[in-house]
Amino acid sequence: MKKMKLVVVGNGMAGIRTVEELLALAPDLYDITVFGSEPHPNYNRILLSPVLAGEQEFDNIVLNPRSWYEENGITLHTGRTITRIDRARRRVIADDGGEAEYDRLLLATGSTPFMLPVPGKDLRGVIAYRDIADTQAMMDAASAKKHAVVIGGGLLGLEAANGLKLRGMTVSVVHLGDWLLDRQLDATAGGLLRRSLEERGLSFLLGRQTEEIVGNAEGEACAVRFKGGEEVPAQLVVMAVGIRPNTALAESAGLYCNRGIVVSDVLQTFDPRIYAVGECVSHRGVAYGLVAPLFEQAKVCANHLARLGIGQYQGSVLSTKLKVTGIDLFSAGDFMGGEGCEDIVLSDPAGGVYKKLVIKDDQLVGACLYGDTLDAAWYFKLLREGRKINDLRDTLMFGESAIGDVGVAGQSRAAAMQDSDEVCGCNGVCKGTIVKAIKDQGLFTVDDVKKHTKAASSCGSCTGLVEQILMNTLGSSFQETPKTKAVCGCTDHTHGEIRKAIREQHLTTHLAVYRFLEWRTPNGCATCRPAVNYYLLSTWPKEAVDDPQSRFVNERVHANIQKDGTFSVIPQMKGGVTNPSELRRIADVADKYAVPMVKVTGGQRIDLLGVKKEDLVNVWKDLGMNSGHAYGKSIRTVKTCVGSEFCRFGTQNSTQMGIDLETMLANMWSPHKVKLAVSGCPRNCAEAGIKDVGVIAVDSGWELYVGGNGGIKTEVAQFLAKVKTSDEVKEYSGAFLQLYREEAYYLDRTVHYIARVGLDYIKRQIVDDAANRKALYERLLYALEGLPDPWAARIAGAQKQEYIPIKLIPAGEPA
Amino acid sequence: MNAPATQQWLRVCAVNEIPLLGSRLVECPSGNIAVFRTAEDNVFALLDRCPHKAGPLSQGIVHGETVTCPLHSWNIDLKSGEAKAPDVGCARRYPVEVRDGDVFLALASA
Repeated sequence: MKKMKLVVVGNGMAGIRTVEELLALAPDLYDITVFGSEPHPNYNRILLSPVLAGEQEFDNIVLNPRSWYEENGITLHTGRTITRIDRARRRVIADDGGEAEYDRLLLATGSTPFMLPVPGKDLRGVIAYRDIADTQAMMDAASAKKHAVVIGGGLLGLEAANGLKLRGMTVSVVHLGDWLLDRQLDATAGGLLRRSLEERGLSFLLGRQTEEIVGNAEGEACAVRFKGGEEVPAQLVVMAVGIRPNTALAESAGLYCNRGIVVSDVLQTFDPRIYAVGECVSHRGVAYGLVAPLFEQAKVCANHLARLGIGQYQGSVLSTKLKVTGIDLFSAGDFMGGEGCEDIVLSDPAGGVYKKLVIKDDQLVGACLYGDTLDAAWYFKLLREGRKINDLRDTLMFGESAIGDVGVAGQSRAAAMQDSDEVCGCNGVCKGTIVKAIKDQGLFTVDDVKKHTKAASSCGSCTGLVEQILMNTLGSSFQETPKTKAVCGCTDHTHGEIRKAIREQHLTTHLAVYRFLEWRTPNGCATCRPAVNYYLLSTWPKEAVDDPQSRFVNERVHANIQKDGTFSVIPQMKGGVTNPSELRRIADVADKYAVPMVKVTGGQRIDLLGVKKEDLVNVWKDLGMNSGHAYGKSIRTVKTCVGSEFCRFGTQNSTQMGIDLETMLANMWSPHKVKLAVSGCPRNCAEAGIKDVGVIAVDSGWELYVGGNGGIKTEVAQFLAKVKTSDEVKEYSGAFLQLYREEAYYLDRTVHYIARVGLDYIKRQIVDDAANRKALYERLLYALEGLPDPWAARIAGAQKQEYIPIKLIPAGEPA
Repeated sequence: MNAPATQQWLRVCAVNEIPLLGSRLVECPSGNIAVFRTAEDNVFALLDRCPHKAGPLSQGIVHGETVTCPLHSWNIDLKSGEAKAPDVGCARRYPVEVRDGDVFLALASA
């Protein structure tokens, strides 16, 4: 089939990012031609400020060298501006008369700096700050001239002023507003910023309105005059008062524009053959000027150009960082507050720290940080997720590290870390390696970093830290992990969407799911298949059929794989209680199969390590015990203390309670592993405070706690309810676990699930609504009823081949 | 794939004795070999050692024409034995054929 022709007008970050995304999805669909007005290949416009400040070189900010265009078969025309679109004949016409045909056209014409319409704006020495040519002009001016005036105290203006100052000029910043960055900061933070920039030698003229740029006889700028007659010397005037979407081309072609080329949620203009992305578009009435939204647009647009037709762009929540080395500020959302909002403010002007959090309806809706931005990523996450923060409110101001967490998760001080400090403990990746990869390979997302460095790709506990490093390295071009993330590369659907489809469409097989949700791969991958398998089984118990090939090896063979390919065997030992006969059998098995290590586990059981796969079935048979499920996303163990039977402090029979719970939950699959504990008194010897369900006996009954976790990131369980009888313990715990099984996303522990839906929601479902609690409990018992012990099933012959290797001996070999 | 003269073809098992989207472990004097079966009934054979840390590929999840190592989730292409980017490495391939529903593997003669 003849390839279709795609013409891209605009060789900048938005256009080329779209092309990159498109090539990843459909490398052979189009012949691609790119036109760019600038004489350069695609470069990282965001890094112009570091170049101006002398911290980066032009050569290092190129994102796609010319060789990239060649390798991907893209025809690149630099230094050629498209001046006309002939929509009827589907051609674009360049300023040199050249033409190109298109089947699809992508407009990524970016924006133009807005020049104040004052007398003298066309004098030599008056420039905008937009591209490499402007940056070069500023650098040239800095070496020859003395006085610079920057008009506009926004992000770009301040970065330009800082760079010119570092290059030795005397710089004044003129700003119409009452404080600097008045669209990104409130007055207090703006004041702190001003003070710190003044300490660096910049001077500020606030509340001034520029009336004229005064020129000399040679037609060069020499001063700026304000309303009221005041004048300051200026041989270089940088206009940084704002940008305007560049819509001239689109308008001349009759495309509907309204402060930007108007596009739909799939980035299509009013002409269905023409798409537009980047700073030139107006989406739902908003034109974006930062890079993160452009990348989101690029992803959606590429998907539609690739004819996959999945995904919508629904607008972006923005955050701001200033790329001036040594000044930390961050803002996001509605940081000014106002009616119906509450502010939490920490102000330490002498220490140069100011933080303001704006809360509305129990949600974080805005943040403005100055001087200490280490928790910016966390606040931004809370803001985007719209999560209820009432449970965090007391410590919200003190950041993620203050929320009762002694683990290593994310709150470490990314900015303060040395390059040689380890970030990812699992894969041994240092900060320096990550920063280098981000810069050299042009990475923008946590997923990119995971792929290229392996950091955060194993246990994931350093994801927050990696996110911070990305933020610190990239500034405002940081692209946060989208809150609605696709499960894997096989689909654009999220966990929530997949669960919903399985439930509402009554899907009961893998194939039905892949078909209905239009998977890109024929049979999924190692990431999505186990998730889909779990969703099918938990949504349609006794109806959906388990697919062993969609399970990780441990769950398929019912033992835990070790680094040398042998397995560990942990028999069930309810409540940690055993007897001489079991212990004898365990000892005999260890002898008979020469088990290299016998170890007591943290869950009060006995682990036989180093068992060969082909011995597993016989080991189970000789043990004569049930599976302890110590290998699955399933019920693990119920840890208990001695309780009132023996302990002089015990208030209830915690041991029996634990045994009863473990009996009830036997063979239960879940989104992730589930651990319980029952303590006989508040001394809590069974460590119930860090379990998914922790039960603590008191004299008058039992206290139930949920969402604890002793793993990667230690989390203390939260109080759910107090009940009187052991039957109630079973009903409440069972109902909570069933809710988790029905609603959590695969690989979310209970703590993650509760963080997503809120403890209030759990309490409403379990504690307040007795009928719902009973229904949940019934559904759990129904799902578990009749499930066979997996070891017994395999002793009886199930999946026999799995455990038997085939032996092949070529002729001539000794047998 | 033709076996060199020093190799001999040996019958392993029937195709349907390998689970769909699964594998069987074949023990040979020269080392363990993993024999995989895809959804389309294509059969591939690789040395049962991940190029990363020697994980048993035969225990991995098979999807498309790829197996994911059970130890650290490297993705190995069944056809070429090569690790998928950004990982780098290669697992040894063995000639394998299906004849009349039986799987044959070419092994070096002694």
